[in-house]
Amino acid sequence: MSTASTKDPLVLYGQAFESRLLLGTARYPSPDVLEAAVRRARPAMLTASLRRQTATPGSAGGDNGFWEMLRELRVPVLPNTAGCHSAEEAIATAQMARELFDTPWIKLELIGDDYTLQPDTLNLVGAAQTLIREGFQVLPYCTEDLVLCQRLVDVGCQAVMPWAAPIGTGRGPVNPYALRTLRERLDVPLLVDAGLGLPSHACQVMEWGYDGVLLNTAVALSQDPVAMAGAFADAVTAGRAAFLAGAMTAQESAQPSTPVLGTPFWHHAQSQ
Amino acid sequence: MKVLINDTPHELAQDARLPDALAAIQATPPFAVAINRQFVPRSQYDGRTLQDNDRIEVIRPVTGG
Repeated sequence: MSTASTKDPLVLYGQAFESRLLLGTARYPSPDVLEAAVRRARPAMLTASLRRQTATPGSAGGDNGFWEMLRELRVPVLPNTAGCHSAEEAIATAQMARELFDTPWIKLELIGDDYTLQPDTLNLVGAAQTLIREGFQVLPYCTEDLVLCQRLVDVGCQAVMPWAAPIGTGRGPVNPYALRTLRERLDVPLLVDAGLGLPSHACQVMEWGYDGVLLNTAVALSQDPVAMAGAFADAVTAGRAAFLAGAMTAQESAQPSTPVLGTPFWHHAQSQ
Repeated sequence: MKVLINDTPHELAQDARLPDALAAIQATPPFAVAINRQFVPRSQYDGRTLQDNDRIEVIRPVTGG
């Protein structure tokens, strides 16, 4: 699924991906549904996380089924640092993830507010810089703030991932102006991460020129996650194709699409 | 000595090393470890001595977004 045979691959840190959809693995009704959704969506990457092993005898490492599934699916894993509230925690988590998943990829999450799960924008750049110096390929989850994103690029992030809305809300892009401005101002790959609820949201940001989307809850909590995974994959493809095709310029007034010349029964208005 | 393993208190021998702590919770691969918020590479487990009140995190892969 990561082999890029397409002529328009998503390129992150020099690695090409055929898909422009990154998919989360949490909150699905069952492991079987998760696996089926992944096979339908054929994402570029799957996100995963780290949590404590239980001390209960017999259940230590009890999520090995997920581990085995990841290996069988053969989709590149993007570990996250979800739940970290300090740069120190995020860096240690990233280091553990690198060893565990044997990957340099890290989705850097540094939470600054537990209610909105808004990233800690004041410490995110420093954490990203440290990780990049240590050889990580950092995909930072961030807000749509232009200067923040620019600073992340300045310290070596070769892609950034602004939110559309708070994680898990499904509200879609709440600040289209800022997201579009970001797209106009930055040349690096931009992926919308978090807050998407509908395939039309994904299609919309792809039409704006975003390079990809990362989502989880919109698929996992839908009535039919497998079908929704396919719908999002199609929407991302459609949005990308539309962006490349170039949209028409919106007009202020109606203009008939059917030629007017030769319209049958047409006549000049006559006075009675 | 007393240590915290995944936020649970454990009593270990005074000369305990990291593998003793892993055995105390029956840690099963795949896992990774941090002590006092510092990552400990797998290659250093055997030689890593523990101190009283060390906070040991033993983590496993889970689903995530």
